[in-house]
Amino acid sequence: MPHSAEERARIVTIKGSTVEVRGLSSYRMGEITYVGDEKLIGEVIEIERDFATVQVYEPLEGLKINDPVYPTGKSLSAELGPGLLSNIFDGIQRPLEQIKKLSASSFIQRGIQINALDRHKKWQFEPNKDLTKGHFVKGGDVLGSVQETETIKCNILVPPNTNGELLSIQENGEFKITDPIAELKGSDKKKEELTLMHEWHVRIARPFLKKLPVREPLVTGQRIIDMFFPIAKGGTAAIPGGFGTGKTILQHQLSKWSDADVVIYIGCGERGNEMTDVLRSFPKLVDPHTQNPLMDRTSLIANVSNMPVAAREASIYMGITMAEFYRDQGFNVLLTADSTSRWAEALREIAGQLEEMPVEEGYPAYLGARLANFYERAGQVIALGSPYREGSINITAAVSPPGGDFSEPVTANTKRFVKTFWGLDPNLANRKHFPSINWLNSYSGYIKVIEEWALESGLEDWGRYRQEMFTILQKDDELQHIAELIGSKALPADEQLIILVADIIKEGFLQQNAFDKVDSFCPIEKQMKMMKLMLLFYNRAEVLIRNGCPISLITNLKTVQILKRIKEDVPNDNIIQMNKIEDYIHTDMEELGSKYGYKV
Amino acid sequence: MARITVRGVSEIRGPIIIIEGVTGIRMGEYLEVKLPNKPTRKGRVLAIEEERVIILLYQGTYELEKDEIETEFFGRTMQLFVAEDMIGRVFNSQGEPLDGLPGIYSDEYRDINGSPINPTSRIYPRDYIETGISSIDSMNTLVRGQKLPIFTGAGLPNNQLIGQIVKQARIVGAEGEDKFAIVFGAMGLTMDDYIYFQRLFEETGTLDKVVMFTNLASDSAAERLITPRVALTTAEYLAFDKGYHVLAILSDITNYCQALREVSVALETVPARKGFPGYMYSDLASIYERAGIIEGSQGSITLIANLTMPNDDITHPIPDLTGYITEGQIILDRSLHNRGIYPPIDVLGSLSRLMKDGIGEGYTRKDHPSLSNQLYASYAEGLDKRRLAEVIGKKELNRRDQILYEFADKFEDNFVNQGDVYRSIEDSLNLGWSLLSNLPETELTKVSEALIREHIQNKGADSD
Repeated sequence: MPHSAEERARIVTIKGSTVEVRGLSSYRMGEITYVGDEKLIGEVIEIERDFATVQVYEPLEGLKINDPVYPTGKSLSAELGPGLLSNIFDGIQRPLEQIKKLSASSFIQRGIQINALDRHKKWQFEPNKDLTKGHFVKGGDVLGSVQETETIKCNILVPPNTNGELLSIQENGEFKITDPIAELKGSDKKKEELTLMHEWHVRIARPFLKKLPVREPLVTGQRIIDMFFPIAKGGTAAIPGGFGTGKTILQHQLSKWSDADVVIYIGCGERGNEMTDVLRSFPKLVDPHTQNPLMDRTSLIANVSNMPVAAREASIYMGITMAEFYRDQGFNVLLTADSTSRWAEALREIAGQLEEMPVEEGYPAYLGARLANFYERAGQVIALGSPYREGSINITAAVSPPGGDFSEPVTANTKRFVKTFWGLDPNLANRKHFPSINWLNSYSGYIKVIEEWALESGLEDWGRYRQEMFTILQKDDELQHIAELIGSKALPADEQLIILVADIIKEGFLQQNAFDKVDSFCPIEKQMKMMKLMLLFYNRAEVLIRNGCPISLITNLKTVQILKRIKEDVPNDNIIQMNKIEDYIHTDMEELGSKYGYKV
Repeated sequence: MARITVRGVSEIRGPIIIIEGVTGIRMGEYLEVKLPNKPTRKGRVLAIEEERVIILLYQGTYELEKDEIETEFFGRTMQLFVAEDMIGRVFNSQGEPLDGLPGIYSDEYRDINGSPINPTSRIYPRDYIETGISSIDSMNTLVRGQKLPIFTGAGLPNNQLIGQIVKQARIVGAEGEDKFAIVFGAMGLTMDDYIYFQRLFEETGTLDKVVMFTNLASDSAAERLITPRVALTTAEYLAFDKGYHVLAILSDITNYCQALREVSVALETVPARKGFPGYMYSDLASIYERAGIIEGSQGSITLIANLTMPNDDITHPIPDLTGYITEGQIILDRSLHNRGIYPPIDVLGSLSRLMKDGIGEGYTRKDHPSLSNQLYASYAEGLDKRRLAEVIGKKELNRRDQILYEFADKFEDNFVNQGDVYRSIEDSLNLGWSLLSNLPETELTKVSEALIREHIQNKGADSD
């Protein structure tokens, strides 16, 4: 043997998804190392004297003690540049389509080293006209752009922490992702080449100029969210729910219909078929905001449940770093993570292998800190560099509490850091009331902001409608308790009316069928008008009841059924039809009034 | 690869042995322990700490003599010889024949741990399987390539239900019906249950289509950890290499998880909930996720697993983690069973996640999606009224509530309670409509008027 075992780094223990290594020439936390002859990818997560613990992103079967370990000097990084969109990656950003081609197998093989971004594809680069030789550029400045997909024009940025005098910049032309498109002379007089892509260490948040307060909603087309528990662009939301309560469908709905510019979807430890579903359906679906295929604005990270647990831990960071990259270009980005509980469990599993002291339910003490760190990477910001750009990241994260118990550590810790909480309710899910967001225990911390936004956007009735509907639902909840004891028949007519109207709201407004062509996405104008009509019905009926009209006459009105079906029956591009329904309500009520002599 | 043989062990603890002073051992390696005058025992390397190798022995450690035994390391993971002639045969968890016939000799062998399917290689399952059971076909449709556990309780007729599915299941529209096989993994099954299944396969004439892997309750618990892996490795071979439509039946996941806990405790792993290890989710996923359909192959693996909920508790870690991985669940309900309803399927709690894409026009029938939504909703409301009636008495219900109350009763008595007979999906859907005809039209908000006109005749008698 040319080297003695002592001279090179070697494995000393192998356990779970980690190996312990001795003999590295230097020890740096977070360094990527290749492990064993197959060069499995790993990351240094603990250092003790001259031992380093490496978590390995691939299965460890077949490794031996004394197998070589190769340091790379790099940290776990994301490749950032055009080509991320309409692509699907694993948790450490290896493109799954390429893995399939390279391994010629339907199964994921080990030891495949592959770049995230295609090195051969050429992109049409358009330089920033304002830049000329001699210009001093700094991190975040826009060098030019590339039309990444039909929908997204990707800005090519000077990487953060880089600056210098521009020595040259390429003209319009086609370039590979690693071709130099500009040259800088840095402060240390060294020349530096810039390309269409750069790398960023995923565990470190990308810098920005300034965080701004959030100010407008992320419009999702989902009624209970937009009208009742809205989320602001740059905001955070948690979707906790037991299995079968519809977390994943809701995440799909948000990624499909929200008015974000870019969507990063992380399937973290979830089902393989669900990722395939997204992968197969998104290219066929049309983005209601741009009319282009939805996949054009979407990037998927799939680390399904039986893929290695350490890569599951990394997938969340990979996703948020990609989101930051698009935010820095001036886009509004929606990041959906399904599910953060699986990520927390990966933390727990690795902490267990490191024999760390567990706190609650086996989770490590830093669970809360890691969650905080993740959610704090959301927000509305002014990006670095010129021209002036604002971008935002929304995080909507599913949480899968064991046994549907919201007091467990991951849900409880998540609640500390998110402002919007969409609590999914198994009782609603059981009766196929979807989305099963419980309107009594959910909340949004953005109501005030969005109320202001609504005033400016010609939706001045939003706050009032919302409040009135809420009041009805709240009263209904109280009445249901009483009705459970004495039967609804025994309630006075005005209270029975509340139950009737609450029923219309629940069925006709809160429930939304994700699989119905029309109902899947509901434009804001339609949502507002629906609220208006339901409240109109209530207000007019209430007058009749006060004048002695029996509740049965109102219950049997045809309009009750019509109101419940507006969501599916009125096409989204023909909302004007709803004026007719408004007329029906008036006519119905007036007829009742005149026929029986009640004042209306 | 070179084999390494070592004499003696330094520690024996539960199913775990530790060997010291040995080098060149691989993680996850397969090994055999030779005992004088006794059958060889098999094992797997779980962890290596320098020259200390931690090993799980599948057949336990009783009668092991510390300094006498000889351990042979094979330099590779555990492999299973696979062949089409396995169909119709019975094996133990290591793939050794139990039916008195010779072992399987084949050029083909597979690592029993498998590899994750690349999500880009999966084909999204859409072809429904007709089981002939109304509450499954109409309300929780099973799709080819799906993984669906049956959450049951002690003493509930889950095996009878699986028997009925095996008897009746027809993969509608599948070409080449003969390319069908069942792979059965018995994990800690009692002899009674084992005999039940054997008889079932005999009676249904499927015996020559079944591959059985057997680990009985009296067999080693540690061995139970490889039973499902061996079974699914065979299923993968038959489905993805040989183009079979495989129905994989695993019974019982609860026994498997208990074995997993037993081993993890012996390894001194930090427990998560109820003493089960934190990696149970990932471990279960490595079993369930092997079901599916992949590109370029004619076959499929549909997985049905029995899972006995300890104490009927659905929030117990075993059903809970399973529910997060599988594509739905069929729940059996004790109160339905006590009322003599068979199959006692809790229609509202049960779920098939893949149903949405496997039903409707071009798949089952145009009216199926909205019909099942309506049945769900009305049944759910009917059950509310039943609870209400328990408090205030049925007579105190108003007319509408009474109608719904009666609907729930009829739904359970006629629709759910079908007995051990076959009902085509057409019949099931039609029965659904005839039940809905008892409701006033104002209650039918989930189905369109056109569908109502098409499927419900002489409407109006009840609509006051």
